[in-house]
Amino acid sequence: MPAPLLSLRGLSKSYGTVRANRDIDLDVAEGSIHAILGENGAGKSTLMKLIYGVESPDAGEMRWRGNLVSPSSPNEARSQGIGMVFQHFSLFETLTVVENISLIVPGKKRALVARIRQLGQDYGLEVDPLAHVHALSVGERQRVEIIRCLMTNPKLLILDEPTSVLPPQSVKTLFETLLKLRDRGVSILFISHKLEEIRSICDHATILRDGAVTGNVDPREHDAHDLAQMMIGRDMPEARAFAAREPGPVLLELAGLDYQPDDPFQMSLKAVSLKLHAGEILGIAGVSGNGQGELARLISGETRRHAEARDEVMMFGQPVGDLGAAARRKLGFAFVPEERLGRGAVPEMSLSDNSLLTAHGLGLVRRGLIDRGAEDAFTRRCIADYDVRTPGPQAEAGALSGGNLQKFIVGREMELAPNLFFVSQPTWGVDIGAATEIRRRLVDMRNAGVAVLVISEEIEELFEICDRIQVIREGRLSPSLTVSKTRVEEVGRYMIGAEEGAA
Amino acid sequence: MGIRMIRRTTASRRMAVLAPMGALALAIVLNFLLYIVMGNDPAAVFYALLLEPFVSWSSFSEVLLKMTPLLLIAQGLAIGFRAKVINIGAEGQFILGAIFASAIPVWFPQATGGWIWPLMLLLGGVGGALWAALPAFWRVRLNASEILVTLMMSLIAGQLLAYLLVGPWKDPMGFNFPQTVMFQWDAMVPTLIPGTRVNVALILALLWTALAYVYMQKSFQGYQLVVGGLAPHATAYAGFSEGRAVWLSLLIGGFAAGLAGAAEVAGPMGQLQRGIASGYGYAAIIVAYLGGLHPVGILFSSLFMAALYIGGDNAMVSAGLPVAAVRVFQGSLLCCYLAAIVLVRYRLVRDGQEVTA
Repeated sequence: MPAPLLSLRGLSKSYGTVRANRDIDLDVAEGSIHAILGENGAGKSTLMKLIYGVESPDAGEMRWRGNLVSPSSPNEARSQGIGMVFQHFSLFETLTVVENISLIVPGKKRALVARIRQLGQDYGLEVDPLAHVHALSVGERQRVEIIRCLMTNPKLLILDEPTSVLPPQSVKTLFETLLKLRDRGVSILFISHKLEEIRSICDHATILRDGAVTGNVDPREHDAHDLAQMMIGRDMPEARAFAAREPGPVLLELAGLDYQPDDPFQMSLKAVSLKLHAGEILGIAGVSGNGQGELARLISGETRRHAEARDEVMMFGQPVGDLGAAARRKLGFAFVPEERLGRGAVPEMSLSDNSLLTAHGLGLVRRGLIDRGAEDAFTRRCIADYDVRTPGPQAEAGALSGGNLQKFIVGREMELAPNLFFVSQPTWGVDIGAATEIRRRLVDMRNAGVAVLVISEEIEELFEICDRIQVIREGRLSPSLTVSKTRVEEVGRYMIGAEEGAA
Repeated sequence: MGIRMIRRTTASRRMAVLAPMGALALAIVLNFLLYIVMGNDPAAVFYALLLEPFVSWSSFSEVLLKMTPLLLIAQGLAIGFRAKVINIGAEGQFILGAIFASAIPVWFPQATGGWIWPLMLLLGGVGGALWAALPAFWRVRLNASEILVTLMMSLIAGQLLAYLLVGPWKDPMGFNFPQTVMFQWDAMVPTLIPGTRVNVALILALLWTALAYVYMQKSFQGYQLVVGGLAPHATAYAGFSEGRAVWLSLLIGGFAAGLAGAAEVAGPMGQLQRGIASGYGYAAIIVAYLGGLHPVGILFSSLFMAALYIGGDNAMVSAGLPVAAVRVFQGSLLCCYLAAIVLVRYRLVRDGQEVTA
C-alpha cells in the first residue's frame, strides 16, 4: 500500500486554556476527496491552519509523502503543493482580481487574465479578472480564492466551507471540478458541516468534536443522521414544522424602486417591488452579486435616498427612504448584515461594546453615559440564550469563530424585539446545530407576528422557512413565488435567467 | 528563517504599557551612538536632557508650564484621531485662539475686572473651534481631506498673525517690533504657585483630561467616535452619523488648541507676538500618539515631552548640543514608538517556534 499523501500523528494545539486540537491522527490518501466534518469550534479550521503552516502545532508530527515536514509558513506549504481556500478571504479589496492573483502567481498580467478566464470557464468559476475586489460579493470573492489556488497547481487542496456561498447550480459545477481534480491525482480536504454534500462527493470523512477525532468513516456508508450524531454527540435538533397563517398588514414595501449606485462596479436595481406582511417570511434567492448587497443597504438605511425619493421604501406605512439605519431601528426594524466583521460587529471591540452598537436603546445608555452593568447583563443574555461559545462578554469580537459571532449578532438583533426583521445570509458558515436553531427562531418570530425578510443563497434554507420567495437577478426582482406551490427547479430557472421572457 | 508577525487575537495590555518604554530605551541607545559620533559626552547630554528638568523645582515648574498647552491640545486631538479624523492643523487653531483672546486687551487695554482672563480663554477656544470648523465643513460637504485642509489653514493662520502684528494690532509705542501691547494685569491668567510661571491653565488642562477620560471611556458619543475610527461600515450599519463625528472631532480639537493658544498669550507671553507659533500644535500630535491616544497615557506623554523641551534647552546650554540634535531625539523617539506599538496587536514568531515578544 502506498504511503498516504499527508499523514498526521498526535497533532495538538492550544490557545491559552482552549485546546483547539487534541492528539489528531489523520491520513489523506492520494486522489481522495476527504471530508473534515465538525461543528463550529470543533477545531476544523485550526487543524487546517496547522497543515497550511499558518500556525505551528504544540506537539505531534506531520508527514508529507512520507517525509517529516513542519511548514512554518503558507509559502512553504504552497511550495510543497498544498493550497488552501479560507473561509475568511485573504484578498486586498483595493486591488483587482488579477492584481490579487499576481501577488502569489508569477506571470504577465495579460497571460494571467487569460488563465483566469480559462479556469473560470472550465470550472464554472466565472468572475471578471479586471473587477476590483471591493465591488465583488462574498460569493464572487470565494470564486477568486478558488481560482487563485488552482493557479498554483496544488497536490492537496484544502477547501474551508466552500459551498456555503454558491447557488445549487454552481455547487454541482464545483463538485464536477473537484472530481476532475481528483481524477488528475489532486487530493482534496473538504471542510464542511453539510452532511448531504459530504455524502455525495467525499470518499472518506474524519469527524472532529471538541478538538478530538471522534470518527473515521466512509460517508457513503452512513446516513446523515449517523454522521450528525458523531459530529454533535447528540441527536440533531428538529426543524419545527409550522402552519400556514393569514398574513397581517404590510410592514415593508418597495414599489418600483430604481437605484443607480455611484460605484460602477455595483449592481443597479431596476423596478424592484416587494411587499412583506406581518407574520410571514419572504425569502430573496439569487446567485451572489446580483444586487443583494445593494438591496440590503437600501432596506437597512445604510444607503439613504434623497428626500424626494423617500417613499420608495415604506416601513410600517411610513416613507423611510431618507432615514438612516438608527432612525429605522427606532421604528421597530432590526437587521443582520452579510458581513460580520467590520459591519455587524467591530472586531477590535469586546462583545459587550458590540452590544452597544445597535442595542443602546435598551437602557444600556443613561444620560449619555454607558451603563456598563446593563451592557454586561445584556451581553451575557445574548451569549447564554444563543449559545455563543466564548470566554465571556469581554472577549474581542474578532477572536470569535464566524459561526459564533453570527449567533451573537443574530441574538443581539433578535433581542431588540423588532416587528420587522431582516437577515442577510443568516446561516452562512454556521454549523448545522446552530443553523437549525437560527432558522427555528426565525420561524418563531414569524409565528409571533413579526415580518421577516431573508436574503440567502441557500435555496434549501429558503424552502425550509419561507412562505414566499422572490428571486433577484441582475438587479431585478422576480414575481413572488409561493413556496408551497413552487418547485426548487423553478426558482433555479429564475436564478439563471431562463424565465426572463415570462418575468 | 526570519521572524514574522502574527496578529494577536486580543490586544496585549502589557505591550500597550511596555511599548512606549521600549521605544524610549531604543531611542536612547540610537541617540547615544549619535552623540558619540558627534563628539558630545552622552552622559552629560542625557543628564541634561532627561534628568535635569526634574532635579530642581524651578526647572520642574517650567516643565509643568510647557506641559499645559501640550496636554490641552493632545487631549483634544486624540479624540479626533481615535475617530480617524486626522486634524494636523492644531498649530493654526492655537494661533487663532491666541488672536481671539488678544482682542480684548488690544481693543480695551484699560479694562479691569476679574472677568477678563476667563472671557479671553473662552474666546480663544471659540476662535480655535471656528478655525477647525472650516475643514469640518469642507470634509462633510465635499469630502475634502481634513488632513490637507487643516494643515493649509495653519499656514493661513500664520500669515494672519503676521499681518495683525505688523499692521492694525502693532503696539504704537513698541519701537516697530511686530508685537501687541503688553496685556494689563487683569488680562493675565493668575499664577498658581508663587515664584513660578505655572498658572491656572494647568488646572484647566487637568480638568480637560478628566473630561476627555469620561468622554472617551464612558460616554456613548465617545464610543460612537471610536466605532467610526475602527470600522466605518459598522458606523453606517448602526446608523451613527459620520458627519457628526467629523464635526465633533474637529470642533473639540480646535477648541482645545484655541484654549491653549489663549492661555499662552495670557500666561507666559503676556502679549501677542510671533513667538507664540512655536510648534506646540505639531508636538501635540506626537504627544497624542505617544500616549496611545488614551487620556491617561497622554497625561504622561505630555509631561515627558515637556521635560524633553526643557531638557533640550538645558542640553543646548550645558552640554553644547545643537538644536537639531534635540529634534532628532524627539523624531527618533516617535519612530521607535510607532515601530514598538505594532507589538500591541501583533506578536513575533521565529522558525515556527513561538517567542514571547
